[in-house]
Amino acid sequence: MKDTLNIDAPQPSGSLDHLVYVLRSNPVTLIAFGMLGFILFCATLGPSLVPYDPLLTNASKALQPPSWDHWFGTDNVGRDVFSRVIVATRLDLSISVAAVAISFVVGSILGAIAGYWGGWLDIVLNRFLDTIMAFPLFVLAMGIVAALGNTIENIIYATAIINMPFYARLVRAEVNIRRNSGFARAAKLSGNSDLRVLAMHIFPNALPPMMVQVSLNLGWAILNAAGLSFIGLGVRPPTPEWGIMVAEGANFIVSGEWWLAVFPGLWLMMAVFTFNLLGDGLRDIVDPRKRT
Amino acid sequence: MASSPRLRAVLFRVLQAIPVVIGVVVISFLLTRALPGDPAVYFAGVAADEASIEQTRVAMGLDKPLIQQFFVYAGDLLRGDLGQSLSSGRPVATDLANRLPASLELTLSAFVIAISIAVPLGVLAATRPGTWVDHLCRLLVTAGVSLPTFFTGIVLIYVFYYHLGVAPSPLGRLDFIYLSPDHVTGFYLIDAAIAGDWETWWGAAKQLMLPAVTLALFTLAPIARMTRAAMLSALSSDFIRTARAAGLSNGRVLYGYAFRNALLPVVTTLGMVFSFALGANVLVEKVFAWPGIGSYAVEALVVSDYAAVQGFVLAMALLFVALNLAIDLLYTVIDPRIGFEAQ
Repeated sequence: MKDTLNIDAPQPSGSLDHLVYVLRSNPVTLIAFGMLGFILFCATLGPSLVPYDPLLTNASKALQPPSWDHWFGTDNVGRDVFSRVIVATRLDLSISVAAVAISFVVGSILGAIAGYWGGWLDIVLNRFLDTIMAFPLFVLAMGIVAALGNTIENIIYATAIINMPFYARLVRAEVNIRRNSGFARAAKLSGNSDLRVLAMHIFPNALPPMMVQVSLNLGWAILNAAGLSFIGLGVRPPTPEWGIMVAEGANFIVSGEWWLAVFPGLWLMMAVFTFNLLGDGLRDIVDPRKRT
Repeated sequence: MASSPRLRAVLFRVLQAIPVVIGVVVISFLLTRALPGDPAVYFAGVAADEASIEQTRVAMGLDKPLIQQFFVYAGDLLRGDLGQSLSSGRPVATDLANRLPASLELTLSAFVIAISIAVPLGVLAATRPGTWVDHLCRLLVTAGVSLPTFFTGIVLIYVFYYHLGVAPSPLGRLDFIYLSPDHVTGFYLIDAAIAGDWETWWGAAKQLMLPAVTLALFTLAPIARMTRAAMLSALSSDFIRTARAAGLSNGRVLYGYAFRNALLPVVTTLGMVFSFALGANVLVEKVFAWPGIGSYAVEALVVSDYAAVQGFVLAMALLFVALNLAIDLLYTVIDPRIGFEAQ
């Protein structure tokens, strides 16, 4: 959560007051922060707190509806759905955080270089980004995973590649409008190298909008990763993961065993919803004009 | 020909699509050559020995430099050759062409549903801010982008097929009691209507309803959001104040002036929405066992039929480039200013 607080670092006076003011007028963002805390709690402590082993099968208790013993029921081989849903939080969250982190770093570097030096670097980068965006992004992710091999790491790389253009474009625009501004020239005149001006003086200005993008992207990355494992890429059964659990549960929905697919799906939805709400809330804090 | 600025703008836009298409072909070439391990070993089959692998390598041109391989690949593409599918034994291009109408029928119906709900909803929300319509719009928009399409589909199946029993079983385009209509366009709804077979038409429509609604729910959110935002900004602009001051009727101000101007950003967002919809299409097809190109790719992925998957990715990318081009051309048609800017 340090990142969100850092947003206010560049504007020291009254920013905390502003934060409190915005949060008070927007209780939804406060709820989103609460939900984020709950998700992080599940991801860190969940695996050691769940009542059952997520991989433990028990044929005598297969396909039981939700009860006091099994809050979310049991699946076709008698595994506890609740335990599996909670344990899966860590994997789903790590995949999306890792993917977003990679695209954040790579996108920032590429975008900052193109925005600061411009010229043919800028042209080449823009052409490259246009080409990535010319693919329907989920389809490109499928193609990348198929080409690189069907592993969790490649799911992360594929998700990172399809998210990268958003960061690179954002940073490029933010750097480009500031490269000739007064403070950047002053920093250059007082003997800072180009690299130092770019990294220490110009780039931090791009961080607030980047944080909004990160939050919105995290939700999207979770959806994407779950979608890929839903069609059988990346995570393999019996590993608990939301997308794969929904895919397995889908076989039982037509015979009425709804809890197998619905609970992991709801959990997935809640996680994505949280990050989307958080992104909208952060946008209100960072840039009140963009409220819609 | 050059005398019409609008025509010149259109030509310029078409020319701009060419580098993008080249980029798409380069990336899909790199994807086919980045197969895990040695492609020659893979295509030679399981029982291949050293000599036959070498033979496959030469036959496929894999011993030549990468640049030359690329031109061979591009040449094959120009002749419509996407390689051979291992699982079906037919050329990938034929398979894709056979299955494309099913996917297009699904995606386009979903878009018709989504636009016919989202645009009026966005306009209503913008003209009545703070009312229940506005709140409903906001709720739908935020929930809509968080919904995993495969999950929505499963919930809809549970409610409408298992519980209420109003929807047919979610298996394909047509129940087995119907014969598929004669192939004219490949769109069952259109083909059945041409044949005058309304019973089959109704059967196909029932089968299409749930997957189309699933996809529509997903695409509805960004369209409604953009319509509302664009309508709000159009309504607060000077020319609307002038129109109102001139005493024009409310309906004329809203639909004649504000809506026409709000339409431009909405059309622009459609491009991004299509990108998401084509991706979500794959998931929806898998859930409903819809025999489109998405489920073809998923089946191919399961059996590691790489030529089929890469052909699918390339076909989708080209389809998307074409859609974007069409959207931009539509933009040129509805925006009277654009033709003059290009001069």
